[in-house]
Amino acid sequence: MARALNRALRDALADDPDVHLLGEDIGALGGVFRVTDGLTAEFGEDRCTDTPLAEAGILGTATGMAMYGLRPVVEMQFDAFAYPAFEQLVSHVSRMRNRTRGALPLPLTVRVPYGGGIGGVEHHSDSSETYYMATPGLHVVTPATVADAYGLLRQAIASDDPVIFLEPKRLYWSKGELAPGGGAVEPFGRAVVRRAGADATLITYGPALPVCLEAAEAARARGLDVGVLDLRTLVPFDDETVCAEVRRTGRAVVVHEAAGFAGPGAEIAARVSERCFHHLRAPVLRVTGLDIPYPPPLLEHHHLPDAARVLDAVARLQWDLV
Amino acid sequence: MTVSDLTVAQPPTPSPDEEPFRLLGTTPPDPGLWPRLYRALVRGRRFNTQATALTRQGRLAVYPSSTGQEACQVAAGLALGPRDWLFPSYRDTLAAVTRGLDPVAVLGLLRGDWHTGYDPRAARVAPLCTPLATQLPHAVGLAHAARLRGDDVAVLGLVGDGGTSEGDFHEALNFAAVWRAPVVFLVQNNGWAISVPLAKQTAAPSIAHKAVGYGMPGRLVDGNDAPAVHHVLTEALRRARSGGGPTLVEALTYRIDAHTNADDATRYRDEAEVAAWRARDPLARLEQELRRHGLLTDAAEAEARADAERLAATLREALGRDPELAPGDLFAHVYAAPTPHLREQAAAFAAGTGVAGTSAAGTGVTGTGHGRAGAGAGS
Repeated sequence: MARALNRALRDALADDPDVHLLGEDIGALGGVFRVTDGLTAEFGEDRCTDTPLAEAGILGTATGMAMYGLRPVVEMQFDAFAYPAFEQLVSHVSRMRNRTRGALPLPLTVRVPYGGGIGGVEHHSDSSETYYMATPGLHVVTPATVADAYGLLRQAIASDDPVIFLEPKRLYWSKGELAPGGGAVEPFGRAVVRRAGADATLITYGPALPVCLEAAEAARARGLDVGVLDLRTLVPFDDETVCAEVRRTGRAVVVHEAAGFAGPGAEIAARVSERCFHHLRAPVLRVTGLDIPYPPPLLEHHHLPDAARVLDAVARLQWDLV
Repeated sequence: MTVSDLTVAQPPTPSPDEEPFRLLGTTPPDPGLWPRLYRALVRGRRFNTQATALTRQGRLAVYPSSTGQEACQVAAGLALGPRDWLFPSYRDTLAAVTRGLDPVAVLGLLRGDWHTGYDPRAARVAPLCTPLATQLPHAVGLAHAARLRGDDVAVLGLVGDGGTSEGDFHEALNFAAVWRAPVVFLVQNNGWAISVPLAKQTAAPSIAHKAVGYGMPGRLVDGNDAPAVHHVLTEALRRARSGGGPTLVEALTYRIDAHTNADDATRYRDEAEVAAWRARDPLARLEQELRRHGLLTDAAEAEARADAERLAATLREALGRDPELAPGDLFAHVYAAPTPHLREQAAAFAAGTGVAGTSAAGTGVTGTGHGRAGAGAGS
């Protein structure tokens, strides 16, 4: 996946002279995850720039660059490192178009490696999508496959609005096919059925997708046909595909790493309940991270949803069949 | 100013050997420039008094007056070239007006009908910024972008003394210096961040001293001397345009009025202090200097005041009318194309139900079409 992201950035830089990359250690080092590997050498320091170590400054200056008409792509080195930039994000980036009545759009992408499962120490494993989703004016995007990593990042950079591009850290080394020309640019707001199923629908995104696919496979051994839906973009949200699936199966579990309380699953469960109530045969359940600060690496497996917890939820959904 | 100055403990006011740069009374006036500054000052003073009066009539939600600071405002507006950009704070309406912005449009934020009442790109004035110092990194980024494109553009960012304590101030100056961005920072040090005096804001001998640590020039100027502020800013902007990098300018001034019309300044400062600064009024000082050199006649003064009265009448007339509000606009301009969920909410709002999504519950129809809306142009 990291190579697909690198490819997307390279292609965007080559296609549009207004695209500029900014971040810490993205130059000679190529980023701590090597996502920007070789881009300074190929496009020069003005296009792929090592900045001073200051997240508010990186996002704030990128905002000014976008105000002038460039398309900056910012790298936040780790999820929790983005918090110093929150004021810029919430007070300016997300609302510049709105506060200027459309006169100043901000075509700006913020790449945030996020989530756990890599044994990171404190402040290196947060899932902060809830904050971004709760901020009107931002698109929130998270790929789970190699092809989506390329296609969604190309769309993010081409978008005329700010995009929070959440890269699942533990999928950086995942393998997958990428078309010779890179691949298709993927529009936002379209969820994808990764696995069809008749008995229940797992609604997920990003790092929890492989967990859900594993759980669905295990469910088959128990005689349950479980489908898996990958949201791909959290904002805009694809009510249509989600509701079509849930209406078919009548049972849904939302799975994500972020804390459950007031998290993305709460919004999704509420939306499904409002729209699909008469089709539901069980309450919408959630399998999420615990409502705790991200735990130390030796304990993180208790926090992260795994196939066993997802399977347990699927079993609980079958209450009327027991 | 040298680094060695920093080793000496000093109160945060300029010592006698660090007198701020001034021109009034020291230099023969420039007959091309100083009368222009005077007319802009007269207009600016009138703008401030009229806007303050409009708050009492409920026509403006709030007004942070720049009375006493007009020299900084006017100099900021007039020092910029046509292609340059201005990044104002909420107190800098007058700088934006002097730059040429529609005086009614610039009050949009304070009137409350929309946040920014003008097109920032057309005016080359960024939206008035309410959070402190957060517009300064934008100023740096825009200046950097202009230089990357090879455009002959300089940028002026405005901030108050309180704003210099914010992290964004530091990050902006640091980025600007490292990138040698064509940007000038003007700190209007008016002595008070709402009720907190400068002595509780910084232990530095002056705000201009801070420039040393960033690796850029720091300039201390008499902020009630309009020609001096104009001169220092013009020089700094010229230096920025020629690739010389950023400059930090501290203008020593005073806000005569309270922080806003909602603030009671008598709770935290003495009338004697205010009176001392009234005696240094930027408008009266420039007027006196121009008269001394025969550059201001009664007729010219009358004309300047008549012009200011016309401006005040324009404000009264435009703001005396109720603004035309379109509540449906609340949903406009959140995204380039609204998300399905926002379209649904807007439809519910228009229908007066206030409930989005429920009408379609159980029907299998959401009426929102396919979710292409988030895809921006250019894909």
